[in-house]
Amino acid sequence: MVALSYENVPLFNSRMKESGLLPEDIRSLQDIALLPFTVKTDLRDTYPFGLFAAPMKDVVRLHASSGTTGKPIVVAYTKTDLEVWSSVVSRSFSACGLHEGDIIQVAYGYGLFTGGLGAHYGAEKLGATVVPTSVGNTDRQIMLMNDFGTTAICCTPTYFLHMIERALTMGIDLRKLPLRAGIFGAEPWTEGMRRHIEEHSGVKAFDIYGLSEIIGPGVGVECVCQNGLHIFEDHFYPEIVDPETGKLVADGEEGELVLTTLSKQAMPLLRYRTRDITAFHTEACECGRTIRRIRRIGQRCDDMLIIRGINIFPSQVESVLLAVEGTLPHYQIILTREHGLDQMEVQVEVTPQLFADTVGGLAAMERKLAQAMERVLQVRVRITLVEPRTIQRSEGKAKRVIDRRQS
Amino acid sequence: MKITQLSVFVENAPGHILAPCRALADAGVNIRALSLADSQTFGILRLIVSDWRRAAKVLEDADFSVKATEVIAVEVPDHPGGLTEVLEALQNSSVNIEYMYAFPFGRGEKATLIIRFDKPDAAIATLQSRGIGLIRQNELERERE
Repeated sequence: MVALSYENVPLFNSRMKESGLLPEDIRSLQDIALLPFTVKTDLRDTYPFGLFAAPMKDVVRLHASSGTTGKPIVVAYTKTDLEVWSSVVSRSFSACGLHEGDIIQVAYGYGLFTGGLGAHYGAEKLGATVVPTSVGNTDRQIMLMNDFGTTAICCTPTYFLHMIERALTMGIDLRKLPLRAGIFGAEPWTEGMRRHIEEHSGVKAFDIYGLSEIIGPGVGVECVCQNGLHIFEDHFYPEIVDPETGKLVADGEEGELVLTTLSKQAMPLLRYRTRDITAFHTEACECGRTIRRIRRIGQRCDDMLIIRGINIFPSQVESVLLAVEGTLPHYQIILTREHGLDQMEVQVEVTPQLFADTVGGLAAMERKLAQAMERVLQVRVRITLVEPRTIQRSEGKAKRVIDRRQS
Repeated sequence: MKITQLSVFVENAPGHILAPCRALADAGVNIRALSLADSQTFGILRLIVSDWRRAAKVLEDADFSVKATEVIAVEVPDHPGGLTEVLEALQNSSVNIEYMYAFPFGRGEKATLIIRFDKPDAAIATLQSRGIGLIRQNELERERE
């Protein structure tokens, strides 16, 4: 794999030469730590096909990130890559207790985004019945779920929250349907959100991890123990490094997840910096799998906001919303600078559940949220109530932070 | 004797009142009466319409947050002092008016008051015992000849 990258990808060739490394220097998995890192901007800088290691005639599929600014990030697959991808996703479903006979509704976006097709082929490989609804048209999603007797749903956790609320307005109790598992990914989500989902929908909520750069969904997944994500390390070699120094951290310590693809043909990546913060679990999992497990990813290096010198993560805002209102509406954090001072505004979509008919009731909710935010974040927060569906979404993912402080 | 009113959440910014009204217009729903309550950043558009179930569905499908609320429609004589008769009838009862709005409607020289009470049943009993006329939902929904 290293030789393949060295010989076919100019970027890896020059990076390894700079580090004085030859492919034959990498003899064991531990030696991977000698290799230079690859970062997201490398993928942008080599747009569109600069990192491909296979000739185009062997590339049978392209996917791209849904990036709203500038050029997207392009990823490629050979036939073998697609087989590997299907097999890791199929294993992921199996780890969540799904098997032949399950009806899996795939409500990730289909298209350039890896979520939809990744989950689709994995579910087919498992031998399940696939319902490829893609994202959107929530009423129809719920109707089909009800009529088909869907047993598992794949989508972003925030989209499923929307489904829960919509089902409520439609008078359908998801807890009474055969739906028993949700495989949620493509964005970080909290334990609070898991409890909320499980309580209000009756599904077991599993976290699936992946990133397009590496393959898409199926890099790792929770098993039925719901205690950390197993990384399919026969295909993706995980390391955890200090995000500042790039040095490996001690086993069990927190750091940035770095992944090296071991079997990718079309676009192998060496030591890719995921920007996701996690730690290895050091003890064996009760499920009996011996592959390494990482802690759920609650935050990314890129997510941390520094507001008036205080570190804030969007997940904290989320936990306050969930704690105060018992529901998780879409929200967006907007940062501005007024008279040299950072200002934080949280826009909250008023869902039918949150909507009170009196001005006083809504104003009281604004106040309650602002006070709770201030208590938890230690920063004054302005709460603004906005109409539903006004916060921009992409592939079911909400853009959480808009930082206007630079301008 | 209760009337169903729809409340819609709208942001307090230019142009935001148009979309829900257009959705209703496109669906052929007629607005009988409306009021707009405002705070600094948001507003609540309250509507009495020709077909509230249909209107609620149309608005929900257009992703608005909608709430159906029970209010009471009181008939008042359209002359000075008409309103005070209604308020005086309520004077010694314990019911509280949360909000109200008025519009001229139908039967001769009369106007209609839409009132949201904290205790609607007690309010109905009090008003009826004082001989004050209440308007039914179907009367409000009916097209005027």
